[in-house]
Amino acid sequence: MIGAIAIGLAAGVIAGLLGVGGGVLFVPGLVLFLGLDQHHAEATSLLAIVPVAIVGTYRQDRYGNVVRRDALLLGLLSLAGAAAGVALANALSGAVLRDAFAALMVLVAAQLVQRARVDRNGSKKA
Amino acid sequence: MLRLGTRGLVWRAVSTSGLPGRPLGQAAAGPSLQRSLRLMAIGTLAGLFSGLFGVGGGSVIVPLLVLWLGYGERAATATSLAAIVFIAGFAAAAQGLYGNVRLLDAVLVGVPAIGGVLIGTRLQQRLHPRAIALLFAAVLVASAVELVLR
Repeated sequence: MIGAIAIGLAAGVIAGLLGVGGGVLFVPGLVLFLGLDQHHAEATSLLAIVPVAIVGTYRQDRYGNVVRRDALLLGLLSLAGAAAGVALANALSGAVLRDAFAALMVLVAAQLVQRARVDRNGSKKA
Repeated sequence: MLRLGTRGLVWRAVSTSGLPGRPLGQAAAGPSLQRSLRLMAIGTLAGLFSGLFGVGGGSVIVPLLVLWLGYGERAATATSLAAIVFIAGFAAAAQGLYGNVRLLDAVLVGVPAIGGVLIGTRLQQRLHPRAIALLFAAVLVASAVELVLR
């Protein structure tokens, strides 16, 4: 349980700092520390993400970083994809979903390394 | 499934390495129809990832906003977070219909995360998060191994 709380805190920091990391830490945290199966962990992660994203958005909006119109469009235009994704997840076995999720984690890691390398090349972001 | 993962890798590799000549932070030029279509593609893809993997979709949204719409990284992460409110909210509701959501466990990780995100957004305004990105990448790989071998 302490582990779950620590994972939650870490996921929040990473989400605020890097814009990714809520779910990508929640899911393994829920599986490894609370013993949920992959399907339950993914579903529960989604719910846990919502308040985190609301608070993060509120803070970022105060810094003037949120492009509100695009965010709204992105959110509304994602609904069909989200419904399809949930249906697909529930059609897959837990083992397949878990291995695919592990692959996703490695890909996100690779992406972060790539972003860090771009940063080092001096392109200070707006 | 693996094929989807591989395609994702290529997609990510393309989107994150980007076109070196493209100026960052410059609003994307071009007709707003094209812009809307790009937003629709990003939204659909992010929704699919979110629903399938139980994540927000930020790892799809952020690089594509940078690459396709000329966003700077900070605006991209902020706008991504705002879009995730809708995406994750909808996907969570859909998962709820399948009976998969564990409310108490969501509270257990979600509430500390709210404190964490306050710290994270504050830190982002002050430091260049390269070292944290690399550290986090290492944590992700280790967790992935743990998840599969468990």
